Amino acid sequence: MSANVVALAYLVASVFFILSLKGLSSPESARRGNFFGMVGMAIAIGTTLTLTQNWALILGCIAIGGVIGAIVAQRVQMTAMPELVAFMHSLVGLAAVFIAITAVNNPVSFGLPAVLPKGSKLELFLGTFIGAMTWSGSVIAFLKLSGRMSGTPIVFTGQHLFNLLLAIAMIGFGLWFFFDETTNWTAFAVMTGIAFVLGFLIIIPIGGADMPVVISMLNSYSGWAAAGIGFSLGNPMLIIAGSLVGSSGAILSYIMCKAMNRPFLSVILGGFGSDGGVVAATADGAQKNHRSGSAEDAAFLMGNADSVIIVPGYGLAVARAQHAVKELAEKLHKKGVNVRFAIHPVAGRMPGHMNVLLAEAEIPYEQVLEMEEINSDFSNTDVVLVLGANDVVNPAANVPGSPIYGMPILDAHKARTVMVVKRSMAAGYAGLDNDLFYMDKTMMIFGDAKKMVENMVKAL
Amino acid sequence: MIGEIDPVIINLTVFVLAVFVGYHVVWNVTPALHTPLMSVTNAISGIILVGAMLAAGPAETDWGIWLGAVAVILASINVFGGFLVSQRMLEMFKKKDKKGNA
Repeated sequence: MSANVVALAYLVASVFFILSLKGLSSPESARRGNFFGMVGMAIAIGTTLTLTQNWALILGCIAIGGVIGAIVAQRVQMTAMPELVAFMHSLVGLAAVFIAITAVNNPVSFGLPAVLPKGSKLELFLGTFIGAMTWSGSVIAFLKLSGRMSGTPIVFTGQHLFNLLLAIAMIGFGLWFFFDETTNWTAFAVMTGIAFVLGFLIIIPIGGADMPVVISMLNSYSGWAAAGIGFSLGNPMLIIAGSLVGSSGAILSYIMCKAMNRPFLSVILGGFGSDGGVVAATADGAQKNHRSGSAEDAAFLMGNADSVIIVPGYGLAVARAQHAVKELAEKLHKKGVNVRFAIHPVAGRMPGHMNVLLAEAEIPYEQVLEMEEINSDFSNTDVVLVLGANDVVNPAANVPGSPIYGMPILDAHKARTVMVVKRSMAAGYAGLDNDLFYMDKTMMIFGDAKKMVENMVKAL
Repeated sequence: MIGEIDPVIINLTVFVLAVFVGYHVVWNVTPALHTPLMSVTNAISGIILVGAMLAAGPAETDWGIWLGAVAVILASINVFGGFLVSQRMLEMFKKKDKKGNA
């Protein structure tokens, strides 16, 4: 194939990728969008194959990777989606590093001059360090999300200064690599090594509940890594697809930060929040009383209500209670109760996580509403059932001076009756006491979300 | 004129325009589908497979092609895993759709 035909085929593939993202604007067109993505990828792979010679090796490796990918995609639990996504980001990062090493080793095979020009070196430097940081950062994110590593932030004194010095050292070695007339492997290797370490260090201080931001950010990085490699190889396909992914991840990070009302920089600098479990200390030391009840009481109240809004949070995912919740919703529905779900943008461990879990349980998506769509309805709702959510319904967000002041919340406190299923009175990850739990109209139901919901279903 | 332009500038042009397209398209994605968005973009970032194939491509036997081959495996996991898991998730959004109409 001539270079022009290749470039045109890549253009067609790029258009398919854009259509693929466009398809995700509604659930009806989303499956077609995903299909367009596959078509784009097939065109890109087929075209690239004509530029290579080791077909057996390449197709064999694609088959191996394809089988692994298919098995993983088939077996993964929907509650484990965040881990899977982090795992896949790490693969892109590592692949980018490997490609960059190959390009430094044998530039001619990529159509680059035998002695790398300065421009290519700069691009390789960018692609390598973004790739290396994506890999190690994603590995830490994966370990934290899958519970193999504690979600508690790891902080030490002088952390930011240390990271800064490492970053400066990395750029220093990068410049050495850049200015050296020959191919300086030492500089390249040290620079890559530091980038790996930096990726680890940047993610360890970030708390478990800030993970929606981290995972979106790494999504963005993986795109930039691909685009960086695209620049190095002068390949527009990689640049376009990488940029689409990079900007998508950046937008998701922005949306997540906004939903937590936290500046992006403060999330990245880390040290905020843990997995929770710290019993909240009341600010004024006064004893506050809460009312607790049983699942049967809750079932009775909901059964007699006209309208119920269920607010699911991460606790629902942990307890894998989504199927029990669906049964509850169906039973109530049969009794003529208007049941709806209210989703906060940062509920769960990744953007949109709750929607997928509820979809898995076959809850019709017409019943699942976003914060802006449903917030004005809380005031004329009979019962709100909060399942494993805390900070996103904390009215303290409306009180100036509170640490979470300004964070958009679901106005659960405006409903006539509030019921909260929770393991204990422990604070959410913001470490704040929640006044909602002490309101006269609030009933606390202590226990595992799944068990309690199952008991409610039985009682109805 | 186009012949005199450094390819890097052309690449930069492509890059900036692609970022703008991505920005505008992604803002239209419904929040309910943000998780599938992430898995689809994950699959698309598997486009790094193209670079990996080029790395594994040359006929000469150099250690570089083996590194390229490993990169091909890693990137293919992403491509296949990403698209298939997205499909699985989006099927769930479909089932409910049918139910809703029934």
